[in-house]
Amino acid sequence: MKVRVKFFAILRERAGTADATRELAEGSTVSDLWQALRKDYPKLDVPGIRLLYAVNRSYVSPDHKLADQDEVVFIPPVSGG
Amino acid sequence: MFRVTDQPLNLQELVDFVTDPGAGAIATFIGTTRNNNEGRRVVALDYDAYPEMAEKELRRIGDDANKKWQLCRMAIAHRIGPVQITQASVMIAVSSAHREAAFAACRFAIEEIKKTVPIWKKELYEGGELWIGTQSGQPMLGD
Repeated sequence: MKVRVKFFAILRERAGTADATRELAEGSTVSDLWQALRKDYPKLDVPGIRLLYAVNRSYVSPDHKLADQDEVVFIPPVSGG
Repeated sequence: MFRVTDQPLNLQELVDFVTDPGAGAIATFIGTTRNNNEGRRVVALDYDAYPEMAEKELRRIGDDANKKWQLCRMAIAHRIGPVQITQASVMIAVSSAHREAAFAACRFAIEEIKKTVPIWKKELYEGGELWIGTQSGQPMLGD
């Protein structure tokens, strides 16, 4: 299956891109995707921060199972306002 | 009205939106860009957002506020892109029959925005730049 990834804020800068498409094995989780992306983009990891995860614009847990064409966003600490 | 925009914000537009014949109060909040933060001289802020989800989360905040207090209407607008010193990054307007609900919901909305809405500020200061919240050792959501 293929999923779509959007990068924002510090993760966009670290990835060097705003969008990616990633091929994954069936049954992969959000956490599996993050591990794969860390290999694709070696600078992606930001030490000391906690990420939240969104699939199709809703917050999910890291063990959420992905489906083909899902839109996945890794959310670094928010700081709106 | 729940909006993420790269245009300057206009409080009157929000006030007009929440104006309601059943309202006895309209409370508003404006968040502005300050020229200093934790000892740094701030030059400007640069906001990024996941706009589709941010607007959805803003709407969720409005729904939650409406469940907690009897509101007439609520409007939230958040600016993204560069925001200069003194300019507004966020505006909230709430109308309700009585003032207590409007004040409380306005306060609730800005606190929730800072916790759950996928918007990020980069501080541009004299000598560098920093995505706020990414310094290691900083307490994070859920801690």
